[in-house]
Amino acid sequence: MTAARGAALTDTAAAALAAATSSAAGRRRRWRRRYLLAALGGAAVLAWALAALLAPWITPYAPATVNVAGRLAAPSAAHWLGTDELGRDVLTRIIFGARTSLIVGFTVVLIGGALGTLVGAVAAYARGWAEEILMRATDLMFCFPPIILAMAIAAALGIGTRNTVIAMLVVWWPKFARLARSLVLGQRSLEYVAAARTIGFAPAHILFRQILPNALGPLVVLLTLDVGNAILVFAGLSFLGLGVVPPTPEWGSMVSEGRELVSQWWVATFPGLAILTVVIGFNFVGDGLRDWLDPHARRR
Amino acid sequence: MLRYITSRLLVAAAMVLLATLIVFLIANTVPGDPVLTQLGDVAANNPAIVEAYRHKWGLDLPIWDRYWIFLRGLAHGDLGLSISSQRPVIDDIAQYAPATVELSTVAFLLSLIFGLPLGVLAAMKRDSWIDHLARAVSLIGVSSPTFWLAFIMLAVFYGWLGWAPGPGQIGADQFPPPDVTGFMLIDAPLAGQWDTFWDAIAHLALPAIVLAASTMGLITRTTRAAMLEALSQDYIRVARAKGLLRRAIMLGHALPNALLPVITLGGLAYAQLLTGTVLTETIFSWPGLGRYTFQSAVFLDFPAIMGVTLVVAVVYVFVNLLVDVSYAMLDPRVMRR
Repeated sequence: MTAARGAALTDTAAAALAAATSSAAGRRRRWRRRYLLAALGGAAVLAWALAALLAPWITPYAPATVNVAGRLAAPSAAHWLGTDELGRDVLTRIIFGARTSLIVGFTVVLIGGALGTLVGAVAAYARGWAEEILMRATDLMFCFPPIILAMAIAAALGIGTRNTVIAMLVVWWPKFARLARSLVLGQRSLEYVAAARTIGFAPAHILFRQILPNALGPLVVLLTLDVGNAILVFAGLSFLGLGVVPPTPEWGSMVSEGRELVSQWWVATFPGLAILTVVIGFNFVGDGLRDWLDPHARRR
Repeated sequence: MLRYITSRLLVAAAMVLLATLIVFLIANTVPGDPVLTQLGDVAANNPAIVEAYRHKWGLDLPIWDRYWIFLRGLAHGDLGLSISSQRPVIDDIAQYAPATVELSTVAFLLSLIFGLPLGVLAAMKRDSWIDHLARAVSLIGVSSPTFWLAFIMLAVFYGWLGWAPGPGQIGADQFPPPDVTGFMLIDAPLAGQWDTFWDAIAHLALPAIVLAASTMGLITRTTRAAMLEALSQDYIRVARAKGLLRRAIMLGHALPNALLPVITLGGLAYAQLLTGTVLTETIFSWPGLGRYTFQSAVFLDFPAIMGVTLVVAVVYVFVNLLVDVSYAMLDPRVMRR
């Protein structure tokens, strides 16, 4: 009787142990599967960053060398991804194009993010009329669809990478302002802020050295997701002819140059794939970051 | 509720007024010179022509006078004359808007039909293969450059397979139906032109799919996140404890609560679709507002740019208003705040 009960208990314990281990293994497997995409994305971003950095050394041709005799050549051993209408090597131009895209993507997001964070954080910390003015200005910017406003500004300022970046910055900061404001508002009533005030720290010190570092997580996620977005928008504007000045290799304008060439599909297809892979990379990383920072998936 | 709506309407009107000012300032303080762009080099070298041109378009008046003239016209529903088409901007917009509305509405419906169920399924079977598939599909959709996707779709389904018709709203062999509502899909059946109707549907398919791709991704992700959020609430635990069927809990308890954030995003997504068709329309030669905006921007046709931006800002503000009001109606807590 006792022995039987003992055996039963051992069985239960064993079963419980087995269940525990298997669920731990299951959790590990789930974890791996969930972050597999993020790891893949990170690899893609890293690969493109390396390619951009090493462009002159890893490309067999110069990005602007025109070779009319060898124009529109299909992909071959000499030109892995073929040549375009002017006989320029598509692979070389794609690799050099990574420089423009990545630099523009990071510039827009970092400067736009910093501006927006500044506006939102100051608004939330100051409250009162300063908050009203700053946030109504932010709301106002939300009335405009970004691409149309950026297009109008870019067209007005004149074509060129710098002007397009300026146009994008004008439409880029508001979402960061909104997010930063809600984050700072959430932190502002916490005890450490009251403590910092009691100690007598200056408001600027409290805001930038105490509150902002604590509110950084979601901002970083938005920053990461947004680099891909910025690259997409810039490529779109370039595609419309509002981005880079022609011979500059840039992915959006390369797709545009090849859009009529359906039977020479490689001219437009490969630069588009380049955009797709780098944007997916940033999105996968940002998505993984969001899950990681927010384990209960309590997010919208 | 009425007071809430009225106050929101007033704020919206103020926003639109401020928006006109911003657009006006951008259009008028930029280095690009519309005279040079429009007249061409030869005419621009002749001071008399330039002078007459500036006078005709009011470009020689002080900036605030021009803004006042613009506002006064606006009060009469007059957005000025488009410099490149030489027609009232409001007529141009009325002509091009229906094609855009048609395209973005179909795209929006497509993305809802596929995005919502996918998001719900992904949340119900969290971390299963379907969740990962939904994640991959939606992230790829969000990451695809619209203009490239459009090129690929055209190259494959029109150029290579020949399954879909080429760019444009209807084929060259079709006569456009008499203009009643401006919507091809309504006017064609009204005129009894069923061939034209089916042809228009076929032409609509590719651009609508291209536009829907990224919106569908957004809707899937938001639905999934909102469902997960709802599923973690106490009332779900209560429903489980009562022994309700899983399906009843999911569809009866979790989904209605999860729909709130989806409505917000859906409204914004629809507004974005209405205004974000520039690239798709340009590639598919779609005779809509997006292409019109693009052409106006390239020619520095400021009356047209201002008109479109204004109309679009009104659409944005209005959709936001609708979202807020529907939110307040669906969630009584909003009103109590």
